[in-house]
Amino acid sequence: MEYVNLFVRSIFIENMIFAYFLGMCSYLAVSKTVKTAVGLGAAVIFVLGITVPINYLLDQYLLRPGALEWLNPEYAYIDLSFLSFIMFIAVIASMVQLVEMIVEKFAPALYGALGIFLPLIAVNCAILGGSLFMQQKSFDAVSEAITYGLGSGVGWFLAILAIAAIREKIAYSNVPAPLKGLGITFIITGLMAIGFMSFMGIEI
Amino acid sequence: MAKEITSTSVEKEAKKKEMILFLSNTAEREHFLSKNNRKLLSDPLDDNNPITVQVLGICSALAITVQLEPAVVMALAVTAVMAFSNMIVSILRNLIPNRIRIIVQLIIVASLVILVDQVLKAYAYDVSKQLSVFVGLIITNCIIMGRLEAFALGNGVYKSFLDGIGNAAGYGIILIIVAFFRELLGSGKLFGFEVLGHKAATMAESTGLYSFGYENNGLMLLSPMALIIVGILIWVQRARNRKLIEQN
Repeated sequence: MEYVNLFVRSIFIENMIFAYFLGMCSYLAVSKTVKTAVGLGAAVIFVLGITVPINYLLDQYLLRPGALEWLNPEYAYIDLSFLSFIMFIAVIASMVQLVEMIVEKFAPALYGALGIFLPLIAVNCAILGGSLFMQQKSFDAVSEAITYGLGSGVGWFLAILAIAAIREKIAYSNVPAPLKGLGITFIITGLMAIGFMSFMGIEI
Repeated sequence: MAKEITSTSVEKEAKKKEMILFLSNTAEREHFLSKNNRKLLSDPLDDNNPITVQVLGICSALAITVQLEPAVVMALAVTAVMAFSNMIVSILRNLIPNRIRIIVQLIIVASLVILVDQVLKAYAYDVSKQLSVFVGLIITNCIIMGRLEAFALGNGVYKSFLDGIGNAAGYGIILIIVAFFRELLGSGKLFGFEVLGHKAATMAESTGLYSFGYENNGLMLLSPMALIIVGILIWVQRARNRKLIEQN
């Protein structure tokens, strides 16, 4: 039950896009059609689901103050947490490289469609943000970190899917010329985020 | 065969020297603030703004604009990281293998961000607490990666430095405008000073605008309003600068 709770929280209440605005760049740039949006969303779920638990283990056994105690009690006072940015980003960059190779091999069409944005998952703020929020939340077990990572990924996926569908439809609407494209997308996202705020304060 | 190797190594040596002396092989010797260089600084402020035109770096731009102070600190942090990462990548641009360039760039940016983070923790602890994870997220700020990829990998050191400063300024301006409106309308303050008067429990005790029954717009403090303000900024900018309008 605890895990369901965490999962639902990370999808809706702490949605990466609507609550924290993480991963907005690729969210805005790749949401022109539903098809590419689904591909990128799936890649984000996958990368978040892998990197958050790996970074959780790194944090627990290497970085957090006193984490090195399992090696030798003498190391208990060592605090390597200032290295966490560089460690997290290295894990993320190598995982993204891996995903890129897998997608290129097994889904060349998707690889072509995602283009530059696949390597750019490495610099998608949602991925690093997931790891940094995980560090702040201080989970008890690695399974919680997996749940959190997957949940955040699903939340991001749903958000980009929704905006892509809306943008496909809005192409037929009569939007004021200076607002076309980027401007109206910002405003729609803002309105969607207000909608998502209704989840705030829900205790599951 | 051996001769070839020595000749290429001599070339490499010459190239290295050029890079160390910051001279490009086209031997263009421009004035320090020539027209082109000034354009690098001024273009990102309007025509080529990183946020409203290039759509880069929105992630961190929105979450920290509730008050002016963290927004200004964030803009300064991004300026420092961006100018120096652009410079370092530009120095190394002929040495970085193409395949692993993203990882190399990330490591350079991450090291600079660690420096900024430690400085903030030492000298501006409260702001650093307010910014929380968003200092770390400068690493994945798309502006930085975007400019490294698009500019620093193909241009000289001084130009890259200017490009970094210019783009960070364009980013900072949007950040400060959004934060200005959010803090002013949301809590009636600027930099924490009560510019609209003091709000007390009753209307009679209040001063300034509040004595006429003015109320703060609490909605401005919520994150969705940042998106809508940026949307409106884009609207205003494109209405004035019609060549930026998108076709569909």
